[in-house]
Amino acid sequence: MSDTPRSDAAVAGDAALSPPPIVRIRNLSKHYVRGDQAVPVLTDITLDIPEGDFLALMGPSGSGKSTLLNLIAGIDKPSGGELTVGGLNIAQLSEAELADWRAANIGFIFQFYNLMPVLTAFENVELPLMLTDLSRSDRRERVELALSLVGLADRMKHYPNELSGGQQQRVAIARAIITDPTLIVADEPTGDLDKKSAADVLALLQQLNREMGKTIIMVTHDPGAVRAARHVTHLEKGELLGTEVVSGE
Amino acid sequence: MNLPLHYIARNLWTRRLTTALTAGGMALVVFVFAAVLMLDAGLRRTLVGTGSEDNAILLRQGVQTEIQSGVSRDQAALIESQPTVARNAKAEPMVSKEIVVLIGAPKKGDNKPQNVVVRGLGEVGIALRPQVKLIEGRWFAPGASEIVVGKGVHAGFEGMDVGGSTRFAGRDWRIVGVFDGGASAFDSEAWGDVEQLGQAFRRIGYSSVIARLAERSDFARLKASVESDVRLKLDVKVEPLFYEEQSKALSQFLSILGIALSLIFSLGAVIGAAITMYAAVSNRIGEIGTLRALGFRRAAILWAFLLESVLLALLGGVAGLAAASFLQLFTVSTMNFTSFSQLSFGFHLTPGIATQAMVFAAVMGVVGGFLPSLRAARMEIVDALRAG
Repeated sequence: MSDTPRSDAAVAGDAALSPPPIVRIRNLSKHYVRGDQAVPVLTDITLDIPEGDFLALMGPSGSGKSTLLNLIAGIDKPSGGELTVGGLNIAQLSEAELADWRAANIGFIFQFYNLMPVLTAFENVELPLMLTDLSRSDRRERVELALSLVGLADRMKHYPNELSGGQQQRVAIARAIITDPTLIVADEPTGDLDKKSAADVLALLQQLNREMGKTIIMVTHDPGAVRAARHVTHLEKGELLGTEVVSGE
Repeated sequence: MNLPLHYIARNLWTRRLTTALTAGGMALVVFVFAAVLMLDAGLRRTLVGTGSEDNAILLRQGVQTEIQSGVSRDQAALIESQPTVARNAKAEPMVSKEIVVLIGAPKKGDNKPQNVVVRGLGEVGIALRPQVKLIEGRWFAPGASEIVVGKGVHAGFEGMDVGGSTRFAGRDWRIVGVFDGGASAFDSEAWGDVEQLGQAFRRIGYSSVIARLAERSDFARLKASVESDVRLKLDVKVEPLFYEEQSKALSQFLSILGIALSLIFSLGAVIGAAITMYAAVSNRIGEIGTLRALGFRRAAILWAFLLESVLLALLGGVAGLAAASFLQLFTVSTMNFTSFSQLSFGFHLTPGIATQAMVFAAVMGVVGGFLPSLRAARMEIVDALRAG
């Protein structure tokens, strides 16, 4: 990795030169209330994520990286600051608007895949499309394409418990890209996988980023996983330490 | 947008033992609910089917049953002379002057005496009930101490077989035939010659008079004519209305008993469904978080779990209804509070009862599933994902 932390000033300087970032965060804070005490989780985060980036969020447990990811993905609300994704201030959206926004703009990849156990691989991938107006045949076409892309065209009728961890995560990736979202968020996508499967999943994410131009934000503990990303942002105790370019970029 | 139905149905299938047990509880309640309604329907069908729209029944003013009633011979003669009364080929009035009494007879099984209606009538009386068919032996002969028993009496009471005899009113009465009342209350009666029964029971007059109307539309004229004649202090009703009134007390009792039982049982079933659905929600917290993250709204989650609960209840409903439908093979004999006599009737399943039972099941599903579904819908995404 190069030793070039992206300071706030540098971020602001970059912003002046390059097109507007897909994620724009200014002085973002998040605290949880426990009893009558406010427990800070994120403090004064300022960060820009350009379109087409593959950003790894790293930090020790409790550093706030998953919380930051949840805020960007619109499944949690910030306590203060500004957060715009694709030019839209998502903190101002109502709960129902936010649900619709997530359905159209965010692809989720979870550590434990989070597939519906009663649905086949095909049906799991199809699930986000149930929130669209697409016809049955259009949905079928898309799902088949997505599953082919992740190399599981021959496993469409399999239930999650009939698939390996790596295969399940690939189904989850197909589900994440099925609506062609603006942003893919991945929370420890290789955390539950063996080395080989983890490498396959990371290669797939890289392919999505490099070849299809998908913007990916990935939370990880794994330095190996970071190598798949373009940038890595470090967090500690709810504060941003800086962003580095991953070597080889 | 809602979750696909196969997601909901397969979740029920996945935990099939719990589903079967919960649905079984619901089935039991629906069975009781449907059984009582079927019993009520069977009772109504039996009693209402006993009467014909073509016949008018005349009883002493203010009485509800033939047992309580008295019509003098003079009054009967006046009814026969009414122009609105139909006449047969021999130009005789189609009027049946009948005596209705109760006798005690030992029931099969426990040998305990129960009341049986004995009806005295003549040829015209039989002709006025075309649904009544002789199925064994012959009709009683006029002037003889003979009776013909309905098939309910034949099957339900000791010694009511053709060739045998039974003793009442100081005489032995030979049983010469068995008739099928066409699933009417006549099945629970014994018929004999009106004059013989009158003598045996020392009755000077009759209990009731049944008159065939020349035309159905003549009923109003007959009623007006009877009511305006001071000698005829009688009530006139079309037969189906009279028999419907006969069923009222028992029907009401059955309805109240049925609803009370069903409500008490349903409380248990609803609690069972709620426990099952709370467990389903607890086991699927991660799924709920994922679905919400993917963009499914709170309402979709609420709807999915509610539908799952309703589907569970409908499964129980179908099972309960299917079990209840077999009850149609059985006949029940019980005391009709209005006539104080034994009445045989069957369970009768109607489309209306099936609908009511399924609606009842669905309501149990909604009530039992509502709070767990609300809990599922109110979960915060981040908490659900973390807990799952």
